[in-house]
Amino acid sequence: MLRLEGVEIAQENWRLTADLALEAGSSTALIGPSGAGKSTILNAIAGFVAPVSGRILWEGADLTGRAPADRPVTLLFQEHNLFPHLTAARNVGLGLRPDLRLGRDGWARVEAALAEVGLAGKGARLPAQLSGGERGRVALARALLRARPILMLDEPFAALGPALRAEMLDLVARIRAEQGATLLMVSHAPEDARRIAERVVLVDGGRAAPPVETARLFADPPPELAAYLGAAPGGRV
Amino acid sequence: MARSAQPLGLLRLAGGGLALALVAALTLGSVAVLLARAEPGRALGPAEWAALRFTLTQAFLSAVLSTALAVPAARALARRRFPGRTALIALTGAPFLLPAIVAVFGLLAIWGRAGLASRALESLGAPGLDIYGLTGVVLAHVFFNLPLCTRLVLQGWLAIPPEHFRLAAQLGLAPGDVARRIEAPMLRGVLPGAFVLVFLLCMTSFAVALTLGGGPRATTVELAIYQALRFDFDLGRAAWLALIQFGLCAAVAALALRFAAEADFGASLGGAVRRWDAESPGLRALDALVLGALALFVGLPLAAVAARGLLALAAGLPAAVWPAAARSLGVALVSAALALALGAALAALIDARRARGGGRAIEGFALLALAASPFVIGTGLFIAIRPLADPFALALPVTATVNAAMALPFVLRALLPALAAARMRDGRLAESLGITGAARLRLVTWPHLRRPAGFAAGIAAALSMGDLGVIALFAPPEVATLPLLMQRLMAGYRMEAASGVALVLVALTYALFWIFDRGGRPNAPA
Repeated sequence: MLRLEGVEIAQENWRLTADLALEAGSSTALIGPSGAGKSTILNAIAGFVAPVSGRILWEGADLTGRAPADRPVTLLFQEHNLFPHLTAARNVGLGLRPDLRLGRDGWARVEAALAEVGLAGKGARLPAQLSGGERGRVALARALLRARPILMLDEPFAALGPALRAEMLDLVARIRAEQGATLLMVSHAPEDARRIAERVVLVDGGRAAPPVETARLFADPPPELAAYLGAAPGGRV
Repeated sequence: MARSAQPLGLLRLAGGGLALALVAALTLGSVAVLLARAEPGRALGPAEWAALRFTLTQAFLSAVLSTALAVPAARALARRRFPGRTALIALTGAPFLLPAIVAVFGLLAIWGRAGLASRALESLGAPGLDIYGLTGVVLAHVFFNLPLCTRLVLQGWLAIPPEHFRLAAQLGLAPGDVARRIEAPMLRGVLPGAFVLVFLLCMTSFAVALTLGGGPRATTVELAIYQALRFDFDLGRAAWLALIQFGLCAAVAALALRFAAEADFGASLGGAVRRWDAESPGLRALDALVLGALALFVGLPLAAVAARGLLALAAGLPAAVWPAAARSLGVALVSAALALALGAALAALIDARRARGGGRAIEGFALLALAASPFVIGTGLFIAIRPLADPFALALPVTATVNAAMALPFVLRALLPALAAARMRDGRLAESLGITGAARLRLVTWPHLRRPAGFAAGIAAALSMGDLGVIALFAPPEVATLPLLMQRLMAGYRMEAASGVALVLVALTYALFWIFDRGGRPNAPA
């Protein structure tokens, strides 16, 4: 179980509290207006932002003071998920060993991971020679090899069209099912949340609300969510 | 790119053409005069070879040291947040506008035979330092260019997406891996441009060679030209040397244009990036050491200039300082106005051609020709003017003109992006509303141009204020600008008088830059 215990994050003129628990193996979408702090929560779990108080626990172990690499987490950023001057294969290989001394065995695993995300034979290409969707697949192949129990997406597919985005989310769902990973994703699009997330955490007004079942939430949205979705009583789009 | 449907505009064409003709006359005209005057068939003698060798050696050493030392300095600035970081970054911007002669004075106060470092060594029983010659020339060039390179490399560091460092932290890359996978590729992109830029600047810095060089073993080509003109009155030899200098500079300037390192002094260098790979106490101590050394290396000579200057002010300034200050201000203001007028005319022409997908040739020609040593232009003018008039009587107008030409690359680099931005962002809107002519200039273009124009005028005025190049070729003994007065006082070992002049010169230089730069910012608090 991933627990955020009285976590409080503060930046200049801005505060956010989160007190919630997510089941291991569950999938959760964070939704809410821009600037509400959805990405910040993921960054706190990944170790890039230090909370001013509270604890972050995974299966009972306190992660709060740990370095990013020592956390059971893979976070995909909105952009810049690949090093531009390394080939796709080397970008994936970093997930096995950060010094890239992989040996024949390691490179075979890299090739297999690339094949699994549909990029067989494209390992020698540089990120600039790949399409946006293919770059997302390379990042997912690396996540696959790292096999951390928590997979977090900070809208890495936001720049893709709806069809391609749906395809990528299906790939994420497959990887998650294979590895039994806990999925946590930021989303602007309710249809993405419906597609992949069992539960939704609403982040608004300086607070991350406890998770609610996705279907139930959208069937009967609370006022903040209704306002965000543009469906408030007498609301405007 | 969208092509403008409007005709090029007669005014733009005429103004730009005139400016282009003037630039061509100054540069190509000078070279033509030199070619005519240089004795054909004259070989490179041992003295010319020595000058050529020394010019290249000192420029190479200066460029290697400046770029190499800039890497740890920029890395420390990029990855540490500490109180005083902003002030330290501002300090790295200071030497660029500092008059060369003042910098030399400050360096002598620290590293010279009677300087702080020498006295410290002597008190320990070691011999004092003697920095005249190659050591001094390279030291002064590193003083000027290490801060410049630090800013260039820091820009490169801050342009790395922060996500890459987060990714490195998440994947557990060791400091060596971060250096290899993230930092080395950036440095491969940034360092060649910085190296060529410094090399070019060091080939054309006459004042440093004049004050710290000299003698058969430490004479640059420019210094040899100066000696040929002022002491031997050997015009043929001066012309020949000037052609050599032009060839050298044109070659390096072409390289510089190819690599195009742009020092953006308006760039925000705030916001250090959080680094998870560099938190060990050893790396922290290393960065603290590097930044401390940088602050002392740049700050101590400046502090020495201020301290000695204030003492000298209390003792009273030499009377010659005020007429020299008036001349310097006059030259600087005329030069700034001329640079801005020429720059605006050229930029308008280039931008209009660019809107049609051209303009590169004119831009390249202007930058290339002008980068090719103002000293060469000066020599050409000296030889061209002599049959017609007394070159010494024209010292000030010639200096103002050559200084303007020298500042033109900076002016173009400031104005062109702003003009392009005005055209791209608001051009179609203005055209669709029928805003043309003077109204368009006032309502659409000028708001984009105001800030870079103020900045460029400030740079032009400050560079001219501190210039000690062409004026040394032309000035008769009774006429001096502030830098020339300072140089004469220092050559006569009147250090106290020189220190007072230094302070006046620095104060006026930075004040001119500040006034112009502020004037360009509509909402800046005064």
